[in-house]
Amino acid sequence: MTTTWWLRGVRPLGGDATDVLVVDGVVAALGAEAAAQAAARDDVRVLEGAGHVLLPGLVDLHTHLREPGREDTETVASGTRAAAVGGFTAVHAMANTTPTQDTAGVVEQVWRLGRAAGWCDVHPVGAVTVGLEGERLAELGAMADSAARVRVFSDDGRCVHDPVVMRRALEYVKAFDGVVAQHAQEPRLTEGAQMHEGVVSAELGLAGWPAVAEEAVVARDVLLAEHVGSRLHVCHVSTAGSVEIVRWAKSRGIDVTAEVTPHHLLLTDESARGYDPHFKVNPPLRTQADVDAVRAGLADGTIDVVATDHAPHAREDKDCEWAAAAMGMTGLETVLSVVQQTMVDTGRMTWADVARVLSEAPARIGRVEDQGRPLAVGEPANLVVVDPAARRVVVPEEQATASRNSPLRGRELPGRVVATFLRGRATVLDGRPVDDPDRPGVAAGAAVGA
Amino acid sequence: MKHLLSVADLTREDAVRILDTAAQMAATQEREIKKLPTLRGRTVVNLFFEDSTRTRISFETAAKRLSADVINFSAKGSSVSKGESLKDTALTLQAMGADAVVIRHQASGAPHTLATAGWTRGAVVNAGDGMHQHPTQALLDAYTLRRHLVGDGGRADVYGRDLEGARVVLVGDVLHSRVARSNVGLLHTLGAEVVLVAPPTLVPVGAGAWPARVSYDLDATLAQVRPDAVMMLRVQRERMSSAGGGFFPSPLEYARRYGLDARRLAALPDHAVVLHPGPMNRGLEITADAADSPRSVIVEQVANGVAVRMAVLYLLLAGRNDGSAA
Ligand SMILES: [Zn+2]
Repeated sequence: MTTTWWLRGVRPLGGDATDVLVVDGVVAALGAEAAAQAAARDDVRVLEGAGHVLLPGLVDLHTHLREPGREDTETVASGTRAAAVGGFTAVHAMANTTPTQDTAGVVEQVWRLGRAAGWCDVHPVGAVTVGLEGERLAELGAMADSAARVRVFSDDGRCVHDPVVMRRALEYVKAFDGVVAQHAQEPRLTEGAQMHEGVVSAELGLAGWPAVAEEAVVARDVLLAEHVGSRLHVCHVSTAGSVEIVRWAKSRGIDVTAEVTPHHLLLTDESARGYDPHFKVNPPLRTQADVDAVRAGLADGTIDVVATDHAPHAREDKDCEWAAAAMGMTGLETVLSVVQQTMVDTGRMTWADVARVLSEAPARIGRVEDQGRPLAVGEPANLVVVDPAARRVVVPEEQATASRNSPLRGRELPGRVVATFLRGRATVLDGRPVDDPDRPGVAAGAAVGA
Repeated sequence: MKHLLSVADLTREDAVRILDTAAQMAATQEREIKKLPTLRGRTVVNLFFEDSTRTRISFETAAKRLSADVINFSAKGSSVSKGESLKDTALTLQAMGADAVVIRHQASGAPHTLATAGWTRGAVVNAGDGMHQHPTQALLDAYTLRRHLVGDGGRADVYGRDLEGARVVLVGDVLHSRVARSNVGLLHTLGAEVVLVAPPTLVPVGAGAWPARVSYDLDATLAQVRPDAVMMLRVQRERMSSAGGGFFPSPLEYARRYGLDARRLAALPDHAVVLHPGPMNRGLEITADAADSPRSVIVEQVANGVAVRMAVLYLLLAGRNDGSAA
């Protein structure tokens, strides 16, 4: 039995304040009807909406949960707990684990760990090639048919750079309506690359990661997708040129979708000037012109989704000189605030747009049927309540993720997740994770761990 | 001045003060007894993660002539590849009471990280970091240029002077060169005009923002600019192999297009000098004719390096009170 929730005076998609009644994991009533039904029940818990914004639970297409293999930096449990705090009810767990998520066995293990943890749904991403080596297709069909029902395939961290392998993958996943999510990085053009190649890299003496190394692969892939009639997803678009190529591809009717990360919406290569490895990420932070372009692309729908590329790392991998540091930054618990700051507070997007790019579109791309749904009666109660008027300073030590490598330390950001509901069960209340020992998943988690 | 990490940290006044101090140091080095008591009781650590015997010896000589205690710490060849070792090494040196750490590291920014991460209380001197900076090299080059190009060749009249109006051509592998980056910045700060000459493959994307002109044609540049000085940069032969990046077709072609030989030397104005940071690849970027000619001040650069490094250590440490000297 889940609690019956009466969300009083919330604003669905930022619209007019109304009431929402959640019963048995489903949105049971809205508006006056919700208030009336709630008043007639004696098992209702009330959440005072106070004008907060109600969105469908967020869905991340690009999360690194690090388990199995690097449980010192994140586990499925800690990462999904962080996701819940960030407003997520589903995440796609990237395949670059150890062992790699390239078999039905490993993706099922990750999927089960997610179920056991119970913070949000975990949809494992399957590797495109065995061991992410870019040579031989992994058993994509077996992963698709497994209990994990994998639909998104990616060698993320590496690029499927061989055009024949990429073509085969694009074709093959059509059999189960899958999608190949490409980390677009021409490997020869980026050997030893440390940061965006441009004015700042020239001055800092760091090996450059040129925009063309991303754009060349994006251009090739959209043409391949057109040729074989397949679905392509472009991970973490970071350059103005990539936005242009995706825009062109969509205008031609090519079935391509694209994502942008919160850090590429907010930060530029100027951040590298202090050689602080917390700003080292792949693809690298680009120029202000690129930031402007990805914001415009997100606003006009060229870029379909915001995905975190949440990449936890051990302290020693960031507490060192730039060249020795790992690439990547955390993002689950700050993404909504970054999107609010860069897109909503600037008037570029509405809260309905936020729901589109952080919930509806990622669910659709990942073929996740019970997420990213309309806020309507009968729909699963995957919900997040956001206080857009709140302001907070990022303190990595206070975050739920097991790692501390946020690039936003000390920054003040707008907005705060007040509550998250996964199928009617509160995973976050008053901004804090609900560590409920009676949660069904917790007991199961103990069993799995044993 | 708390550290010396990049020439970008130096104002014109800072730089001239270092050059003037170096001139005073050089004067003391002509005495019979070269050693000064200035830094007695201070400890200077030479922390070299990358081989460079000549730079290390230069710093070591400079520190010893100021009576500092010198510890040479070579991390090269040990199992050190990850950054944690820089941190641990720094903490170790801190525990040993280093007043200054002279660091050479293959990673751009490592001295900056050492100076700002709280791993050491000592002054940090960048002795070359990756492709980024080598500020004492630029200072010794500026010192050498000032001696030859400013005033009447005497000593006293150069005090307080910069390199206003001097025309300097830098030739070679700009892309990988911390010497080039340091010189472009410092020469600009001191008022000189800089022209970079290199094959386009060895000019970094983004160099358009530098205070220097870029040319791909050495002969045309020498004819047009009529330089007061030509600074040849070291080119590694392996840069031509495809594994090394394939930056140019062959050493022979490089030497023909960008090498300094007797013919190009003869095309320089009479007063122009030739510099090279060393070690030289004779026959590649410079021929023996050019390297050993009377125009060449390459050997003098070595001696000036000691004076400039004495000045830097003196200015960083002499006035410094670390609070623990009770
Ligand atoms: Zn990636």
